[in-house]
Amino acid sequence: MKDSIPKLAVFKFSSCDGCQLSILDLEDELLEIGRRVNIAYFLEASRATVKGPYDVGLVEGSISTPHEKELIKDVRQKCKTLITIGACATAGGIQALRNWKDVKEFVSVVYAKPEYIETLEKATPISEHVKVDFELRGCPVNKYQILEVLTAFLAGRKPNIPSHSVCVECKRKGNVCIMVSNGVPCLGPVTQVGCGAICPSYGRGCYGCFGPMESPNAESLGERILQLGISKRDIVLMFKGFNGWSEPFRKAGDAFEE
Amino acid sequence: MSEKDRPLLIEAQDFNGLLLSLKRLGYATYAPTVRDGAIVYDLVDSADDLPIGIGDVQEPGSYRLRKRGDGSFFGFVVGPHSWKKFLHPPTVKLFTINSNGKIVANLENSDQKLAFIGVRPCELQAIKILDKVLLGGEYLDIVYASRRKDVFFVVVNCIEPGGNCFCASVGTGPEAKDGFDLCLTELLKPDGHYFLVRIGSEKGRELISSVHYRQATDEEVELASRLLTLSSEHMGKKLEIKGMKELLYRNLDHPHWDEVAKRCLTCGNCTMVCPTCFCTTVYETTNLSLKYAEKWRSWDTCFSQEFSYIHGGPIRYSISARYRHWLMHKMATWMDQFGTLGCVGCGRCITWCPVGIDITEEVKQIDKRDGEVKVKVE
Ligand code: SF4
Ligand code: SF4
Ligand code: SF4
Ligand code: SF4
Repeated sequence: MKDSIPKLAVFKFSSCDGCQLSILDLEDELLEIGRRVNIAYFLEASRATVKGPYDVGLVEGSISTPHEKELIKDVRQKCKTLITIGACATAGGIQALRNWKDVKEFVSVVYAKPEYIETLEKATPISEHVKVDFELRGCPVNKYQILEVLTAFLAGRKPNIPSHSVCVECKRKGNVCIMVSNGVPCLGPVTQVGCGAICPSYGRGCYGCFGPMESPNAESLGERILQLGISKRDIVLMFKGFNGWSEPFRKAGDAFEE
Repeated sequence: MSEKDRPLLIEAQDFNGLLLSLKRLGYATYAPTVRDGAIVYDLVDSADDLPIGIGDVQEPGSYRLRKRGDGSFFGFVVGPHSWKKFLHPPTVKLFTINSNGKIVANLENSDQKLAFIGVRPCELQAIKILDKVLLGGEYLDIVYASRRKDVFFVVVNCIEPGGNCFCASVGTGPEAKDGFDLCLTELLKPDGHYFLVRIGSEKGRELISSVHYRQATDEEVELASRLLTLSSEHMGKKLEIKGMKELLYRNLDHPHWDEVAKRCLTCGNCTMVCPTCFCTTVYETTNLSLKYAEKWRSWDTCFSQEFSYIHGGPIRYSISARYRHWLMHKMATWMDQFGTLGCVGCGRCITWCPVGIDITEEVKQIDKRDGEVKVKVE
């Protein structure tokens, strides 16, 4: 039976494992997933592995070492469909903050024996290295979006993953906009929906976990946040978050750098 | 005025009686109430749930509540919600399908009688517009139709317009003329707190007879009318609608569209808060076994690329094309499509735009430089 169903593999690169955990968080659905796909390679869940090729590969993490740079090519070859999951895999992640600095200096300061450390100057998203079939955003990803992507894959249809702003979701929920009503800086207008507008629903500004929405005007939002009395330095820090290395946020952050 | 048409007067303390009578008649009573630093529309139990003594200060991109220092029940204007959310819900399950092909329509909440209390004149016009859009053609929107069939309207005229209001310019307020069951004007007089009441329907007449009332005096009727005239003279915003449609149609290549696009975030907040924007997206969900599917519908926005996606790409790719589409729809193409303006002058899109883009100001800018054409870069 296992032979007739698609083989799923989950790979990890430079990351915190949070996105893989989100898959395991699908507690009510895991058994059904196991019936629909052959979970052939998923080290976070099981030591038992099945050799490739795989029908679908989920990739977590960014490319930050010479070893990973080679490994991803191999992974790509083994997977018919390659889906990257999370901010690290789609934008470089929090470790991409080093991309603005000298990584050799960090290594020399942090490690007792820097010569043991092999690392690339920049941490970069998977799509800079190999062709990616679909990107699922989030830090971490939303488990229901993972489920939607898998279900869509099984049904042979396009996953329903919208790319408009968080604000649309925020308004559909009936939230009162915290930026307009309380002057709280919020990245919602330039961030892709997917989290269900969690932070604004609890009175906190959006951190931009799901990265830039489809047509982000991040500099205009930055100007508005400046008018709200937030310092340029803090605006830079807002954009340089989990998705700071994504082009629109990178440019906006750099624009407010003093 | 004939004695039969003479407005009535109720004391503010009897307002609660209206609410209780509506509840007794089986209506779910929705009204303005304070939540999270704003006045939203929600279920209320009694007049105590109203924003008593609370006002609002609205500017482009900014909304704050303030204490008024009086006991007014309706001393504010429209907030982030509109009645559209009850009649045309933000997200609704339309139907489910089983693998045997059985389709089951979802008719949840479709029999609930709704009482909307504190509807503003501009909002009443917005509902008339939605009626036309969603019920006026050959195909009825059954979700809207089922929720719309028994709505009791208690309208409250606006004696204090807000900072972004321009109903007087578009002829939808500050006084409601018809389409309500009851229409109130709040009067805070030195001798007490009253509501002048106009009756708009038999249902309205029956309801008012459930509380203590008397005929309004000439002096009271005049006071209300004076306050409403003053109100229409003190609108926060103005819009010149004479010739506006032609102005917009002849300025499709105006450089100002690109200037707005520099500020516009394409976040879609303006369309979400607009009481007449009706656009939706429909989508299916399937379960893992692929034996069960649901069809859902959610509010959509013409500011998203997917909205105009047709094989190969979105029709309106640039931000300026998307902003222009929204403004043109509200202020020009709506007239050709439905015979009225698509804008009722409520000012929500101005207040709730995170960067404070002001639709009245953008029209003015185009008018000021009528005929300018942007330089095309090859
Ligand atoms: S709170 Fe943030 S996400 Fe919500 S509408 Fe306002 S700006 Fe958008
Ligand atoms: S376009 Fe703006 S002012 Fe006009 S009805 Fe819509 S939200 Fe109100
Ligand atoms: S302005 Fe946009 S969202 Fe609103 S009704 Fe028109 S097309 Fe729909
Ligand atoms: S006009 Fe304002 S609210 Fe509308 S999409 Fe642009 S930035 Fe968002």
